[in-house]
Parts: sequence; structure tokens; C-alpha cells
Amino acid sequence: MSFSVTEPTKGTKWFAGILVIGYACITLVPLLWIVATGFKSPADSIAYPPVVVFEPTLEGYVNLFTDRTRATPDMIEAAGPAETWYDQIARERGTVISGPSRYGERFLNSVIIGFGSTFLCMVLGTMAAYAFSRFKVPLKDDLLFFILSTRMMPPIAVAIPIFLMFRNLGLNDTHLGMILLYTAVNLSLSVWLLKGFIDEIPIEYEEAALIDGYTRFQAFYKVVLPQAATGIASTAIFCLIFAWNEYAFAVLLTSGTAQTAPPFIPTIIGTSGKDWPAVAAGATIFLVPVMVFTILLRKHLLRGITFGAVRK
Amino acid sequence: MAEVTLTGISKNYGDEVALDDVTMTIPDGAFVVLLGPTGAGKTTTLRMVSGLDKPDTGAVTIGGRDMAALTPAQRDVAMVFQQYSLYPHLTVRQNLEFPLKSPILKTPQAEIDRKVGEVAEVLQITHKLDNKATALSGGEMQRVSIGRALVREPSVYLMDEPLSSLDAKLRSDLRIELKSIQADSGATMLYVTHDQTEAMTMATHVGVLDNGRLVQYGSPREIYEDPVSIYAASRLGQPRINVLPSDVFGGAPSTATHIGLRPEQIMQGDGEDSFVQRVEHLGDQTRLHLSFKSHDLITVTDARTILKEGDIIKIRPDKPFFFDASGARIS
Repeated sequence: MSFSVTEPTKGTKWFAGILVIGYACITLVPLLWIVATGFKSPADSIAYPPVVVFEPTLEGYVNLFTDRTRATPDMIEAAGPAETWYDQIARERGTVISGPSRYGERFLNSVIIGFGSTFLCMVLGTMAAYAFSRFKVPLKDDLLFFILSTRMMPPIAVAIPIFLMFRNLGLNDTHLGMILLYTAVNLSLSVWLLKGFIDEIPIEYEEAALIDGYTRFQAFYKVVLPQAATGIASTAIFCLIFAWNEYAFAVLLTSGTAQTAPPFIPTIIGTSGKDWPAVAAGATIFLVPVMVFTILLRKHLLRGITFGAVRK
Repeated sequence: MAEVTLTGISKNYGDEVALDDVTMTIPDGAFVVLLGPTGAGKTTTLRMVSGLDKPDTGAVTIGGRDMAALTPAQRDVAMVFQQYSLYPHLTVRQNLEFPLKSPILKTPQAEIDRKVGEVAEVLQITHKLDNKATALSGGEMQRVSIGRALVREPSVYLMDEPLSSLDAKLRSDLRIELKSIQADSGATMLYVTHDQTEAMTMATHVGVLDNGRLVQYGSPREIYEDPVSIYAASRLGQPRINVLPSDVFGGAPSTATHIGLRPEQIMQGDGEDSFVQRVEHLGDQTRLHLSFKSHDLITVTDARTILKEGDIIKIRPDKPFFFDASGARIS
């Protein structure tokens, strides 16, 4: 029997398969639960034992996107037949839709702040990582340690000074303030990860570009950036996931115009009883952008780093 | 097309001395080959001229202009790296186009296509133009890397062992090709190699580097016939120069400690007896491994010699080199 490092045997393939499937089950069950709850009726959502097979309804989504007022059957009768399918659903529950909810705005805030801070973080992080990787920076090791040390405590530990600073600077409850804050928190992660990726890129490529008539900066974006794409993509995913899911700062520093979805979703519960389907619907929709972003960048994640055209 | 001068160049990397007070003038249109073992400072010299590294002390000029404040791009040099350094995210064609598309040259596309085509033809890589640079064999990568330098017409070409990983046939083809490209264009060439055939056949000047010092600089013939030291004499000549204690033959100057004998400096059939240890028939010549007073010697004899192992042959030195205790030549 031949044994090769690159080709696993049948047994190990099976073992790996079972392991992956098992792990996927553990991580996917809560996710499926959330998605399913979003389509349940309020009664089904709190039923015990849990209902696995149920009649799906869009009630949770309607409740998520609308504000409603209670109405007596007479009032509903008087209002005439429902004009739309979502009106119909609301009326079946004894309510009348009074207008759209704030979920859309909050979701948009999350998109602006999450992607904005990720973008800023990648621009600054790539350039800082490149400088740390290639140039003689005075006190380089100390600076890198200092940058990392910002991650050694939970970010919320500095919430009060940041709250006071933001108030004085007028950054409270602004998109700019949240983008700057998330960028600052994520920068240590992105600088360290990206420095690792850029260290892997042989310096000879840039030297070749310098001699071929390009400036240092042109060599950076024409030669280094394309090869760092894998690292940049995976780092961007990490940064986005943090900024997207962040809750504590968002609760403290935003309340209205710049409030993101995470602090908003729990407030849905309180409007009319414990509306779990609406909360679950909010969480489900909230998952989508990160999933799409990750799937779009997947090809970069899977591609190898630099398969050398440099002789070692 | 420019004269290059190095004046008093020294460079240390940490505690390591890479170059120690190197001064040389590379005349316009010269083909200079730098010889020396690994770590002698050959590549560092190229990096000083290209501007990838700055000297600690000393000055580089190209075409009479001081280079100290200029970036590599501004120096108008082309370089072939020992490690190829092809851009892995680009195709072969894009790699060859890269220097022509630089903001300094901004060559029109028609001109780019013509030049890339020509160079690909010369280097026999036309059929690979649309391959990814990473999908090439070592020899092909090396040719693309040479091509990336040849598409331009820089004032100086710098080449760091450009032919090292090619097979023998391609190497001898490209040796002739490179030499004729250089001669036709009149470009100045600074070329690093270990291969003494390349040094002897292509060079107009040879520089011998020893631990960062330029120990001898002159025509290949001069280095071969008039070496300044054992070290310089050992750089050229196949088989290598034989170095023996000076007293094994008579007639050495009093200060000499060693005698150096190239094969043609050993007269056969006259003098003292030596013992034939081995006979190597190479076709066009025959190498004799001799034992003379318990010292080993290698020399060359007639291709059709009837000498065989165990024979005795008389030898004597003919205009040998003498060296003193430090290895320096005594004239």
C-alpha cells in the first residue's frame, strides 16, 4: 500500500467528513433555530416542547418592519378590507399598521458604520503593516506591542473615557464617531494580521518594480496589493464581523440617528408583548450582509498565498 | 549607454562587511564581469549601482551624474535578479510589458507589442507569453526575467547570474545572444557570474572581488596571464592553477613561499619525474592527475596521449607565478 502526504486514505476522508459534519451541526443548529423562529407564529415560537414542523407565517417580518396600534374588531371592520397582504396579517392579530418601523434605518446605519470602518481599517492597516514590514521604523517592536496592547483589555473597559471624549467632540450618536471608534478598535488586529501576510511576500518583487521604473508607492499598489489580496480579504472579514456585531459601544454611544441594528433588535421585544418571531426575523436579516460579504471574498480565502516565482 | 564609476564604496550589513572601499570605472559600452565566491560582494555591487541599497560611504555616478539622491527608477538601469522575481500575479506578457508601461517610459501599445515580440523571439518564450508567470519551469522564468531587462534600452544593464539555471545548450545560445545584444546596443553591462566561460567569452573587463575588496580589475586576459594573487589566479582557468610550496622546484625568489602553475606553465618531457595517478580523456583534451614529490598536480596534455595510470613523466615549470606568504604575486 502506498502512502502519500497529499492524498488522504479513505478512512481519514470519512473521519474528516464526519468531524466536519458534526461540527457544522453544532454551529448551525442555533442558526437554523433563529431562521425558523422568524417564520413562526408567536404561539409556536414559545411552545414547549419546541415545534419543529409548523405553519410558516410572515408575521414576524411584518412586525419587524412596521409599527402597529391595537384596534378593536369594530375599528378594523370600519377601516374596510385590507389593501395589502401585510395589512391583512396585522389585522388578523387585531392591530392596524401605523407606519414603517425604524429597523430599516438602523440596518442602514449598521451597513454604513460596519463597511465604512472596515474600509478605513483596511486602508490604514495595509499601509501601516507595509511600513512595519518593510521599513526601519524606530522602536518598531515596541510600537507593534503597543498596538497589540490595545486589544489586551475588553474595549468596553475604556467606554467611559470614550463616552466623555465623544461628548466633547460632538461625536456622540454620529456615523463618523462610530466609524472612527470601530476602526481604532480593529486596527490592531488588521495591522498584525496584514503584517504577517506582507512579510510573506518576497521583497524582490518590489525591488524589481522599483528598477522597472515605478515609485515605492506604485510598486506597493501594483505589486504588493494584488499579492496581499488573500490576506486583505480575510482580514476585512474579521474586521467587518467585529464592527457588525458590536453591541456594547453601540448601546452606550448611539441612541437615534446613528444607532446600529444590534442595540435596536432587542427593543423590538418590548413593543407588544414578547415578540420573538420579530426579533428572530431581525436577526436573520442582520446575518445576510456578512454572509454575502464572506461568500464574495471566499475565492480569495481559499486561494493560496504567493506561489513563488522567486527562487528560494 | 553611459560610463559608470564607483568611488570608495563601502557597505556594511550589521557587522558584516559587504563592500570595502571599492573603486572602479566601467567605461561606456564595457561588459564587466564580477567574479568571486558567494559573499564576495558581487550582488551588493549591483545593488549599489541600481540604487536598491545606498553605500555607507563613497559615490556612484552613471553618465557623469552623481546617483546619491536618485531612486532606482530615476537611474535608468535594468536588472536581472538571481531569484527571477517575476510578478506572480501577471502573465509572461504582462511581466515583459511591465517596465515599458512604467510612468517613466509610458510606451505606446504598438511599440510595446513589437518589443515584447522581439524579445520573446530571442529568448524562445513566444509560445509561453500568455502563461501565468508561476506556471513556468525554472529555465523559462529565468528567460522571462532576462527579457524584462532586455525590453528596455537602459543606460546600464545589471545581471546577477542570469544564465545559472539554464541547460548547457540554451546557456551557450544565450551567452552569444546577450553578448551581441550588448555589443549592438552599446549598452554598459555589469554582470555577475560563477561561470568562467561566461567571464572569459563575454567580458571586456573582469573585476575580482574578495571579501568585499576589489583585488584586481582588468581584461580577462590580464587577469589570467598576470594575476595579482593566488586568489585572483584561482578565479580563472580550467583546470585550476596548481599551487605548490615554492621549494619543490628550484629557482624560486627568496621571498616566495608558493609557486603557481597553470597547465600550460608545466613543460612535459623535461625536468624531474612525476607519477601519473589518473588520466581523464575529455575528447578535445586529456587531463593528467600527477603526483610530484607527494604533491598533487593537474595538467592538460594531448587529446590522443598514450600515457596511462602508473606511468612516469618528466615535468618542469615554465615561467611560473611566485607568491609570497600573504598570497600576493612576486613579479
